[in-house]
Amino acid sequence: MLNFIDTVGEAVAGIRDGSTVMIGGFGNAGQPFELIDALLECGATDLTVVNNNAGQGDQGLALLIKEGRVKKMICSFPRQSDSWHFDAKFRAGEIELELVPQGNLAERIRAAGAGIGGFFTPTGYGTMLAEGKETRFLDGKWQVFETPIHADVALIKALKADGKGNLVYRKTARNFGPIMAAAAKHTIAQVAEVLPTGGLDPETVVTPGIYVNSIVKVA
Amino acid sequence: MSSQTNIQTSETPLGRDDLARLVARDIKPGSFVNLGIGQPTLVSNYLEPEQNITLHTENGMLGMGPEAVGDQIDEDLINAGKIPVTELPGASYFHHADSFAIMRGGHLDICVLGAFQVSATGDLANWHTGAPDAIPAVGGAMDLATGAKDVFVMMTLLTRDGVSKLVEACTYPLTGIGCVTRVYTDKAVFLTGPDGVRVRETFGCTLEELRRLVPVPLEPAP
Repeated sequence: MLNFIDTVGEAVAGIRDGSTVMIGGFGNAGQPFELIDALLECGATDLTVVNNNAGQGDQGLALLIKEGRVKKMICSFPRQSDSWHFDAKFRAGEIELELVPQGNLAERIRAAGAGIGGFFTPTGYGTMLAEGKETRFLDGKWQVFETPIHADVALIKALKADGKGNLVYRKTARNFGPIMAAAAKHTIAQVAEVLPTGGLDPETVVTPGIYVNSIVKVA
Repeated sequence: MSSQTNIQTSETPLGRDDLARLVARDIKPGSFVNLGIGQPTLVSNYLEPEQNITLHTENGMLGMGPEAVGDQIDEDLINAGKIPVTELPGASYFHHADSFAIMRGGHLDICVLGAFQVSATGDLANWHTGAPDAIPAVGGAMDLATGAKDVFVMMTLLTRDGVSKLVEACTYPLTGIGCVTRVYTDKAVFLTGPDGVRVRETFGCTLEELRRLVPVPLEPAP
């Protein structure tokens, strides 16, 4: 069921404590800042957050971490020059980190959306990040078994939606949006523009509306 | 092997830009290439239009152009290092799983990465110092190391303390096993593979002098 919602606050109101929340974006590109601010405002805590990074500067995901709402981060690249809020929580032992090679992160999210129970990949074989995981020699290479990452909610940013919830993105801000939309039980998209049904050329739709539950226009 | 073999091609060690120019020259025309963050990014400054190289960035783009300046800067158009970049005619955008499928599916011809250490058999260590207080961050390094057809490393040969980063076996945590095919350093270009290390050329030193610096057997490339 697709809903068009007036405010970001109403859009995130159903997110419960303890949820797993996927947040789109790579760095700031595609990061749904307004939805994240609303999540901070709504007070949900004890969250597991899936994002490529662990927040930058003093905005968005970084603030959610600073305020102690995030119990666990699943990401590929938490350490950046301006990831001070994550760094402090991590050093204080107040946040759990599951570090995932970026391609495994993307493919595990994709697998969840595609109903795949797991997959073997050579990425990470023989490294610390494959310790304790099942391995097999397949296709002439040692490969590591990786499992899907599911989520209760995905918060993503797209450029335009139409009346059926179909989405298009802009440039490298697309990044994790399409795969997170498919992997979460409930996907909330913030968009810059809402077009009537038929307003997007079907040939150019990137995320079909079946993956999207809530759309909120953010100016 | 003869110590008379003269493979020295420069009187002095190569600076970062000269090394980047050399890597750029060695990339075959028409290649699809991913340049890692840091020193490898310099290579893009020396790619010639006639080479028709297509650059991939793992955050979802083929056909990446030079760094954006002034009013070209667009927060929705960045590279893997989160630097604003430009798009070239013929560019394409795709989501993250497709972008890593390009890498992991063996479609990229070359990736160029930095390294802490490379072993004689091409193991790569470039993501984590292993220091107890370090916050680990891996990004796409393991996917690049494992997925690209050729993995070139660019690094200084020696640490600040004068220790070779080309080693018998890596002591830093591994990024990938047996994945590096060439190592471009300020003092030499090495070809790595299952049958050991070959030296293609040296800069500012002879093969004999290089052998005294590097703790693995070195033979000139055939």
